[in-house]
Amino acid sequence: MADLAIRNRPLAGVHGGSATVRLTPADAAHRISLRAGQDAVPALSSALGLSLPTNPKTSSSSGSRMALWLGPDEWLVIDEGEGGLMQAAASSGTVHSATDVSHRNTAILIEGPGTSAALNGGCPLDFSLKAFPVGACARTLFGKIEVVILRTSEESFRLECWRSFSEYAFGLLRDTALDVD
Amino acid sequence: MTSHRIKGAGRLTPARKARFTFDGKIYTALEGDTVASALLANGVHLMGRSFKYHRPRGVLSAGAEEPNALLDVARDSARRQPNVRASVQEVFDGAIIQSQNRWPFLSFDIGGINNLLSPFFAAGFYYKTFMWPREAWAKLYEPIIRRAAGLGVAPKEEDPDHYANRFAHCDVLVAGAGAAGLTAALSAAETGAQVILADERAEVGGALLFDTGTVIDGKPGYDWAQGVLAKLKAMPNVRVLTRTTVFGYYNHNFIGLAERVTDHLPRPDKSLPRERLWQVRAKKVVLATGAIERHMVFANNDRPGIMLASAARMYLNHYGVAVGSKVGVYTAHDSAYEAAFDLKRAGIDVVSIVDCRAKPSEALLAAARNLGIEVLSGYSVVNTSGRLRISSMTVARNGSTNHRKIPVDALLMSGGWTPSVHLFSQSRGKLKFDVENQRFLPNVYAENCVSVGACNGTDDIGALLAEAASAGGCSLSLSGESAYGWTGGMIGAAEGAGPDTAVKAFVDFQHDVTAKDIRLAVREGMHSIEHIKRFTTNGMASDQGKLSNMHGLAIAAEMLGKDIPQVGLTTFRAPYTPVTYGTLIAHSRGDLFDPARKTPLHTELVAAGAEFEDVGNWKRAWYFPRRGEDMHAAVNRECRTAREVAGIFDASTLGKIEVVGPDAAKFLNLMYTNAWDNLKPGKCRYGIMTREDGFIYDDGVVGRLAEDRFHVTTTTGGAPRVLHHMEDYLQTEFPDLKVWLTSTTEQWAVIAVQGPKAREIIEPLVEGLDLSNEAFPHMSVAECTVMGVPARLFRVSFTGEIGFEVNVPADYGASVWKAIWERGEALGACLYGTETMHVLRAEKGYIIVGQDTDGTVTPDDAGYGWAVSKKKTDFVGIRGLKRPDLIRSGRKQLVGLLTQDLTEVLEEGGQIVADPNEPKPMTMLGHVTSAYWSENLGRSIAIALVADGRARMGQTVYIPMKDKTIAATVTDMVFFDKEGGRIHG
Repeated sequence: MADLAIRNRPLAGVHGGSATVRLTPADAAHRISLRAGQDAVPALSSALGLSLPTNPKTSSSSGSRMALWLGPDEWLVIDEGEGGLMQAAASSGTVHSATDVSHRNTAILIEGPGTSAALNGGCPLDFSLKAFPVGACARTLFGKIEVVILRTSEESFRLECWRSFSEYAFGLLRDTALDVD
Repeated sequence: MTSHRIKGAGRLTPARKARFTFDGKIYTALEGDTVASALLANGVHLMGRSFKYHRPRGVLSAGAEEPNALLDVARDSARRQPNVRASVQEVFDGAIIQSQNRWPFLSFDIGGINNLLSPFFAAGFYYKTFMWPREAWAKLYEPIIRRAAGLGVAPKEEDPDHYANRFAHCDVLVAGAGAAGLTAALSAAETGAQVILADERAEVGGALLFDTGTVIDGKPGYDWAQGVLAKLKAMPNVRVLTRTTVFGYYNHNFIGLAERVTDHLPRPDKSLPRERLWQVRAKKVVLATGAIERHMVFANNDRPGIMLASAARMYLNHYGVAVGSKVGVYTAHDSAYEAAFDLKRAGIDVVSIVDCRAKPSEALLAAARNLGIEVLSGYSVVNTSGRLRISSMTVARNGSTNHRKIPVDALLMSGGWTPSVHLFSQSRGKLKFDVENQRFLPNVYAENCVSVGACNGTDDIGALLAEAASAGGCSLSLSGESAYGWTGGMIGAAEGAGPDTAVKAFVDFQHDVTAKDIRLAVREGMHSIEHIKRFTTNGMASDQGKLSNMHGLAIAAEMLGKDIPQVGLTTFRAPYTPVTYGTLIAHSRGDLFDPARKTPLHTELVAAGAEFEDVGNWKRAWYFPRRGEDMHAAVNRECRTAREVAGIFDASTLGKIEVVGPDAAKFLNLMYTNAWDNLKPGKCRYGIMTREDGFIYDDGVVGRLAEDRFHVTTTTGGAPRVLHHMEDYLQTEFPDLKVWLTSTTEQWAVIAVQGPKAREIIEPLVEGLDLSNEAFPHMSVAECTVMGVPARLFRVSFTGEIGFEVNVPADYGASVWKAIWERGEALGACLYGTETMHVLRAEKGYIIVGQDTDGTVTPDDAGYGWAVSKKKTDFVGIRGLKRPDLIRSGRKQLVGLLTQDLTEVLEEGGQIVADPNEPKPMTMLGHVTSAYWSENLGRSIAIALVADGRARMGQTVYIPMKDKTIAATVTDMVFFDKEGGRIHG
């Protein structure tokens, strides 16, 4: 039998930040891009063990899993634990599309009092708690790339981007984090 | 050197000094000085030369409207900026400042000869002169004009500073921190709103910085302003940005601001950006941009020492500098009197106030009398003298020819105040003309925006404060009192500069446009203000006509015999004042200029010595040179080895789209020309996608993984647009289909292994799959396990050899690549890059969409007519393909070309003709789309689009080049392994 393949994470060993912003590449996670009509939402929710959000800019979470609303029929489901997302969705008995994107995406964790300002160095969204409360998420632009931003606490965010854009995302965050008072 | 600072005047601290040089000479300034105030304190009025006539010029203003004193300000050779307004730039210790547009010296400038030749340089000079002969344009005129154009010289070195960008949101954005802006900001802040207050100056206060006659809330205006600032700064919902210009007003209250962070600091902290771009989305915008004082248009009104009355007041009251010792005043307006009074009280000799109005108010006259200042009402200044500084003014009673020459060393002028409606106008708001006061004022708003104070024509301080407070949304009550009124004045040419004269009465100082030039434009047939502007260049300098527009308009209207509103106003455009490129670019420099996309195998490719090429944003391995190999040798070796043994290639950038749902096959039937419902799970098919017009849009192999799941591949460059194209049709044309599209390009690392030993290389790494020809023939796909990880294995080939594409989750790519290469290397295989990939596919006649096709090629033109289903009743392009032009004979078709000289490699793009002796213009048959040296065939090969190509098999065609004509034979496109046996290995 051949040797087992070793996993090489994007942004391995990269770090950065400033006095008010800490930047950390997130650990590997399981992810699916989930597409389905409204009628499939209840069954998919119970199969996945969380309630799929149906309002724009919202997310839900349960245990190690979270589901981010990206569109009227689109969710990014992330599992930082054991995985099994594809199987769970398949067991729902609904018409849907679940596609494994665990390796397509990678994430950067942004923490500290300066996070909103650092994100606003490249993202035009309003990150005030009123407009973007904890749990809010959006697929948006960061500099020249598409990202998904999720607020995980008052002062922390998860920024998801495609693998090959992660160096750019991290580099721009490193730049904007330095311009935060 | 005599200091022109007045003891006790101004607000700067005498002990805090800064040293700088101006044209090599060392001067001392006080911290807080602008370059202009510092030079004036040292008695220097001559600060620049005008653009066209090179006339000596001094500083005219104390603000952003400055047209004359444009200087080159530097910290070092790289940190140098031309065209900096001396009235805006603060002096810092160590500043190196130089004058511009002069040679050899500012005081003696050869270019000044233009002034003597000025009769030849009238408006429209360029349009009339540089016309004939036509050949002279490129070689003579354009280089001369280019050398003469522009005032400053841009630095050649890379800018070592960095710049930042910040998006922000607020409830209320207030532009301008004068009396109105401060009041509006405070009022808004007290409602709890998120407020951003921005002002271009270093200190807040606006006109209160020079206007010592205004009292607000019982305090002198300046002190009141600083009190409000302290209050605002203490509020958590307020952000005050000084040294920040609101430069652009865009749709839906999107506002651009440029904050100058370090330009005033002698030794800036390296972590600070030089400037910061703010892009603010404001729910409401309050414009409190004030007004700009106009100059008077009279003969020789441009000598150094002649300036706006408010500027002289600013230099005295804020910077403590006297602009002259014998000062004349020329005005059409009350507020200039206050400048005269302030100077007189500071001990300066004010020789005369020349007021062109017949009857100034009795209060003004009495005040002047009390101070012992002569007022000549009903008089005008009709000329001035003095070469590098004004030495006298010539005055005359209006209508009289009796002149009186009065020696002065400074002349202050005021034609009244022009409301700053630039931002309002940028917001697409409509102005209306206030006939009584001869000014344009905001009228119809296009955004949630309100103008308050002087920019709204509200000059009375009490009304201004009330208006501003109400704009902020809170019932703030403030009392205010001013000494004199700010309304009134005149626009257009003054006495002695009328249509019957030929004097140089400057309207636009920076571009040397005189009242005479504007009249000439009208006489030459320009009737629209937009034409007059372009013919004379009035208002087209970097100050954008902040001083000149109203005067120009009035002079044109007078000549045309029309009312001002009928002549119209030129459009105000962003930016309000120039913004550096660095600020607009902000973070997008160096590595952040554009994302550089690297595949999961990138590190391995680098370690293997790959040379890279850019394909879109991707970095792709181009070829892998070994020691001593050039590109040609490396590619030849890679091509040979791939066919003799095997080659390994990083195909990760290949676009991938997962098409999932019960209607997946139905959807693909509609998107591709081929039929998909008969494709069995586990099988692949090459598909062609056309646009509605029937031309090839993209191609790629599609594998069916399950009844309801397809793995679609696209070209590398086509991935995003193909997904959008499919999504577009799915949402707009076929919304009832139950199918969804997901980009999986980056989910998979793709390792292509091609060549006779491909199977032998990968077989031991693959589990759960029989790779034999029988079990897994060409065009198969399977899900399996490679090195313990779930993989998708494709038996496909873009080389004509037996081939596999190993898809593993991206993070495992490098590890699997290493293992495959370890086995491949031992068996004699090679790594190859995109160049070899191109050659190998061309040897087989496989097309590359976008190289061999150009958006005008149908599947049939490309020789892929077999890929268009005859049975399907619908797909995107089916109607387009039936258009007469697409089925006529004589269309250009893709064919092979073999040069008669085997070693001659054609040039891609080379034009093809049938008869090389045909007189020009020759009949073009088509062009070469791909051409390579084929090491495997020992000769050159090419693919070309040729009219009626397939009917020309065996014929000779010619490719005329610059130095020779190349003969080639038309053939089919398959050059290597014509029977195609190798692919089935």
